[in-house]
Amino acid sequence: MEEIGNLFHGFATVLAFRDMNIFGYTMSIPFNVILMVIGIVLGIIIGILPGLGGANGVAILLPLTFSMQPTSAIILLSCIYWGALFGGAITSILFNIPGEPWSVATTFDGYPMAQQGRAGEALTAAFTSSFVGALFAVILITLIAPLVAGFALQFGAAEKFAVYFLAFASFVGLSKEPPFKTLAAMMIGFALATIGNDQITGQLRLTYGTTELIAGFDFLIAVIGLFGIGEILLTMEEGLSFKGREAKMNLSIVLQTWKKLAKYWWLSLRSCIIGCWMGITPAGATPASFMSYGIAKRISKNGKNFGNGEIEGVVAPETAAHAAGTSALLPMLALGVPGSPTAAVLLGGLLIWNLQPGPMLFVENKEFVWGLIASMYLGNVVGLIIVLTCVPFLAAILRIPFGIIAPIILMFCSVGAYTVNNSFFDVIMMFVFGILGYVLKKCNYPLAPLVLAMVLGDRAEEAFRQALISSNGSLGTFFSNGLVSSIMTLGLIALFWSVISAGIARIRGTNAATAA
Amino acid sequence: MSDDRNTAASGPSQRNVEIGLAILIGIFGLTIIGGAIKAGIGWGFDGPQAGFFPFYVGLLVVVASAVTLYQELTATGSKKIFADWGQLKQVLSVAIPTLVYIIMIAFLGIYVSSVALIAYFMLVISSFSYLRTALIAILVPLLTFIVFEKWFLVALPKGPLERMLGY
Repeated sequence: MEEIGNLFHGFATVLAFRDMNIFGYTMSIPFNVILMVIGIVLGIIIGILPGLGGANGVAILLPLTFSMQPTSAIILLSCIYWGALFGGAITSILFNIPGEPWSVATTFDGYPMAQQGRAGEALTAAFTSSFVGALFAVILITLIAPLVAGFALQFGAAEKFAVYFLAFASFVGLSKEPPFKTLAAMMIGFALATIGNDQITGQLRLTYGTTELIAGFDFLIAVIGLFGIGEILLTMEEGLSFKGREAKMNLSIVLQTWKKLAKYWWLSLRSCIIGCWMGITPAGATPASFMSYGIAKRISKNGKNFGNGEIEGVVAPETAAHAAGTSALLPMLALGVPGSPTAAVLLGGLLIWNLQPGPMLFVENKEFVWGLIASMYLGNVVGLIIVLTCVPFLAAILRIPFGIIAPIILMFCSVGAYTVNNSFFDVIMMFVFGILGYVLKKCNYPLAPLVLAMVLGDRAEEAFRQALISSNGSLGTFFSNGLVSSIMTLGLIALFWSVISAGIARIRGTNAATAA
Repeated sequence: MSDDRNTAASGPSQRNVEIGLAILIGIFGLTIIGGAIKAGIGWGFDGPQAGFFPFYVGLLVVVASAVTLYQELTATGSKKIFADWGQLKQVLSVAIPTLVYIIMIAFLGIYVSSVALIAYFMLVISSFSYLRTALIAILVPLLTFIVFEKWFLVALPKGPLERMLGY
């Protein structure tokens, strides 16, 4: 039970008091807990505002943490992530505007409930489900991540590449966008990652004679542009009109809803499992929420009433989205392969703080890993309390006119892009990525694989080339032993999953037709 | 969300935009292949050369865009539009000022440019009163200045005004 001990050590790290110099006075304050609260509140605001999401919110704030201790920095940033996950539900239910893509499914039943005057019930259900989903995923991380990491320590270059292959192949096979568009987006990401200095030979490549490209593209710039500027342009196009419902929240509503929710334990558990599965194989929170909603609709005896304000229709997507969002950190910590764009940005943070993500983290930086895991437990408890008590105040933020919010978001995006490398060229690139993000999104190209490929490109290439060097150029190295062959085979199955599942559906024929 | 757009409004067709985008992505892929060949895509004395990996990545970009292009060209019947002109005007009313803002940053620094950006949005896009505009357009960048330059000691681009004030 070494993990339990480590976890309690992590709690101690998070809760520790530290002497700080504040306005000339030395005070002993629980620094990390304060960061946690700041992070959650910032995250909720980021989640509520259009144009700011978990991924680019964290990317913009990343430069501010360069001077912090890594443990404090990751607590702040991961809490922004939890906050953003919570925040998305508020706008979905009260305003019928999903603040984040993963809360789209929450609008289906959440907003009708608010229209019927049951906003408090819907919000309580959403927050509680989020909490349950996240908690399930954190427990999973606590129990499994150290095992996976220990296992992964034996990986050679070929196995490492196989894991990357599996991650990217599942994107192509499992995402709802057309597979060749997913492939195109992903390969654009890989191509951008290769620009500049070649890590192995030290040679310059793909710079086309320019000096700006020598340093290569930083994925943070892409994240801020694609998700920040691109999102604002999309919001402008859709024409914003905030007509919100009032939310009455008090203790009795919360308790009544909790009593109701207890009946849906099986629905919650199922949504947790769907969410964790989709989070670990990097499909992400958005498909997880839709899938969970769809399955709940099919199975529930109230299925016909879904879309008219059924509480199960809020529980299912919220639980799955949070389980997915949280469990996306499992492969990031244990294997160095992030399961979502925001996890990718956090992974970028690790590199900046000079921590090598992957299995060695559990050996070399125990305090950091367990501090982070402990902060996931505490952060979600703090988050639940904050959202349950502050809803009216948070909903008021949405009533700030877009004419004020939009330029301020644009300013913060520019500040964030500039501070990554103190380069003006990056701010221009952010704008280019913004336009690109708008057009790609409108044409149904997924952005997450593009970002993930930019983050992991160098490492995937390194693993690929090292594996080839040791095998003298034979591709057979990726099928040379049981472990690497089985990971590669899983990857191939994931890659051709849409073809395989279509085949299975054809064999089943009539069964599938009636069930759908 | 935007899939069931009213097809009666006029605007560029989704199909044309898709085709244009697929061609652009294809050209990008060819550029990558070109650069990779220049860096060497063969087997050097110590393993694969620098262009080896980018070459195949570029190849996949070209293949993926070619398939998308083929699918788009052979698909029939959809009259869906990308966005109507009114919506595109909305998008440009944000995109162009943002570009101007970014260019301004190079000359005036980020704080002065931000005052201008916020003022433009509040006055032109949302028609707020001058007083409220002035208040917010000056306060927000000022606060940002204090947070970044004073508290976190992160230096952002500054222009003539800041130099005059001694920063």
